[in-house]
Amino acid sequence: MADKLDTARMQAYWSKTSRLMWTIFALWLFFSFFIHLFAVQLNGIKFLGFPLGFYMAAQGSLIAFVVLCVWNAIAQNKIDEEFGVQED
Amino acid sequence: MANSNAGGGFIGNLGKIYGGYAGGFIVFTLILAVLEQMGVPNKIIGYCFVILTIGVYAYIGILSRTMDLSEYYVAGRRVPALYNGMATGADWMSAASFISMAGGIYLGGYNALGYVLGWTGGYVLVGILLAPYLRKFGQFTVPDFLGARYEGNGARLCGVIVLFAASFTYIVAQCFGIGIITSRFLGIPFEIAIFVGLLGILVCSMLGGMRAVTWTQVAQYIILIIAYLVPVIWLSTKKYGIPIPELTYGQALQQIAQLEDKLGVVKHFTDAFTNAKGEFTWQEFNNFWALVLCLMIGTASLPHILMRYFTTPSVREARTSVAWSIFFIFLLYFTAPAYAAFAKLEVYQNVIGQPIAQLPAWVQNWSQVGGLLTIKDGNSDGILQLSEFVINQDIIVLSMPEIAGLPYVVSGLVAAGGLAAALSTADGLLLAIANALSHDVYYKMIDPKASTARRLIVARGLLVIVAIIAAAVAGTRPSGIIQMVAWAFSLAAAGLFAPLVLGIWWKRTTKIGAITGMMSGFAVCLFYLVMTRYAPGTFKDMFGTDLWFGIRNISSALFGLPVAFVVTYVVSLMTPEPSKEMQDFVDSIRVPKGVVAAT
Repeated sequence: MADKLDTARMQAYWSKTSRLMWTIFALWLFFSFFIHLFAVQLNGIKFLGFPLGFYMAAQGSLIAFVVLCVWNAIAQNKIDEEFGVQED
Repeated sequence: MANSNAGGGFIGNLGKIYGGYAGGFIVFTLILAVLEQMGVPNKIIGYCFVILTIGVYAYIGILSRTMDLSEYYVAGRRVPALYNGMATGADWMSAASFISMAGGIYLGGYNALGYVLGWTGGYVLVGILLAPYLRKFGQFTVPDFLGARYEGNGARLCGVIVLFAASFTYIVAQCFGIGIITSRFLGIPFEIAIFVGLLGILVCSMLGGMRAVTWTQVAQYIILIIAYLVPVIWLSTKKYGIPIPELTYGQALQQIAQLEDKLGVVKHFTDAFTNAKGEFTWQEFNNFWALVLCLMIGTASLPHILMRYFTTPSVREARTSVAWSIFFIFLLYFTAPAYAAFAKLEVYQNVIGQPIAQLPAWVQNWSQVGGLLTIKDGNSDGILQLSEFVINQDIIVLSMPEIAGLPYVVSGLVAAGGLAAALSTADGLLLAIANALSHDVYYKMIDPKASTARRLIVARGLLVIVAIIAAAVAGTRPSGIIQMVAWAFSLAAAGLFAPLVLGIWWKRTTKIGAITGMMSGFAVCLFYLVMTRYAPGTFKDMFGTDLWFGIRNISSALFGLPVAFVVTYVVSLMTPEPSKEMQDFVDSIRVPKGVVAAT
């Protein structure tokens, strides 16, 4: 196992990866649940002709999910390269 | 390049092949449109769509036949991120998404958007918590991972049990959807139609396993997305002059609101968390969150989805592939509410208030498909009232082109799309079940010395048996599509999410902790589901209430999930820490580079 990382680098890599995971996880919580808690109130606001609460559940959060997944892929690839642990 | 080995010619030309295929399908649709104008009967058009598309899938399935284990189980791990994204899209979007979801929104309004949220957001969890690590682990099945991480066949068997319960419930729902479509468009009885559809499933998956399923799923994605978008874009252009339904249906929502007042509808379409009387209730509020959570966690637990990420060439591509997957899924999901809104507007404007005797032919046609549409002139005035028009959510999408007066070719197209959605998911599920039985149970637990040829024969035999049983159960019409699918998500979430996620993210998780957590979470979920569904009287006697906290059983995992996590955590801390080798193994799957450590 010549390519095994030493413990310290492994820990640094994993804490950076974990931080990215928790950041995206928090945003996921926000767009999955938190924002829709206020659907009734948001529905009082009009956005592009939609009641805003309805819009967020039908489109807004979905766009956020796509962005989060793309962001995760890009950011994690960067972390891999920074630590030189990407695949050959 | 990962695709430089045998078959590279095919992988290298994917763009050309599928581009040509999509073009061919559009030309085929246009030809049928012309034929329809020339007076070819609707029945023939329906036949053409159903038979030709199944024929194409069968052709791909037969071309992709293989006798190689890695090809059969993981498509040779040569599927590029983009195409795995499309295949995951088709694998993912089932009869429930395609046929029932917009219908659910049509009937439920805002509250049904829980499905839209729940069936997209889970991919974020797949991407950040699971997919890259499972790819690095790189065996054949999800129970493989449980068996390796939790040292032995105990955890593997538990995984197979949960996988079977969830995937089988799910596949019954797909067979049901396939039955509805083939019955309506081939004009044959529902019970026979299910078995005709079954042939369509088997021919795609039996000879080529994952390899065949992958390449047919890509083909099925292309058809289903075209089929879903065309009628909505058409209506958007017809009504508002702009071919972007996602923007224009805001206007439709406003028109619906006005008509609701006129027709005296108390439950407004866009109002959040209201009951049938149009009042805000905490029960609706709580159930919305419970459903969103269970569907999202279920997404990140369903083996037929997770195993798609075993097929990419690298960890990096697995991650990218999750992003492609949600993008392709997003295209349908953010259109679905528009589909529902346009259908609602059409019904309010052009169906309600019409003389019943003059209703168009589609009413007659759909009334014949097993009681899914009923029209009863309650007050005998010959005019259709809103309360006299009862439409099942499973036929809204399929019948909307006819309701809106679009040419029949659009109906045929939508049927082909619905069929593609149901078949592709059924294929993925069937493969997940058959692989778990043939690889995990037969090969790993019963006969580890079995030859390759024998393993593949067993895999195929099991595939056929499971498919026939699923079709037979679907023939009994156990429940609506969307309910059955939601149950499957709950079962998978309660049983598999905790051991998978903790296995990667918490090294301290022990074998005993995972097994007890998994089984207790799954048991609580199953208990709640079965009791409230099949023995509500007994449930009430036991607990003095119909439902715990008013939570409906489509969100049963709400009770199973916390149990799974807490039990896994507590029992893990009570049992000895995993060995050094096991911790090295976890380290090795956390990093893309290097080999996976032996356990």
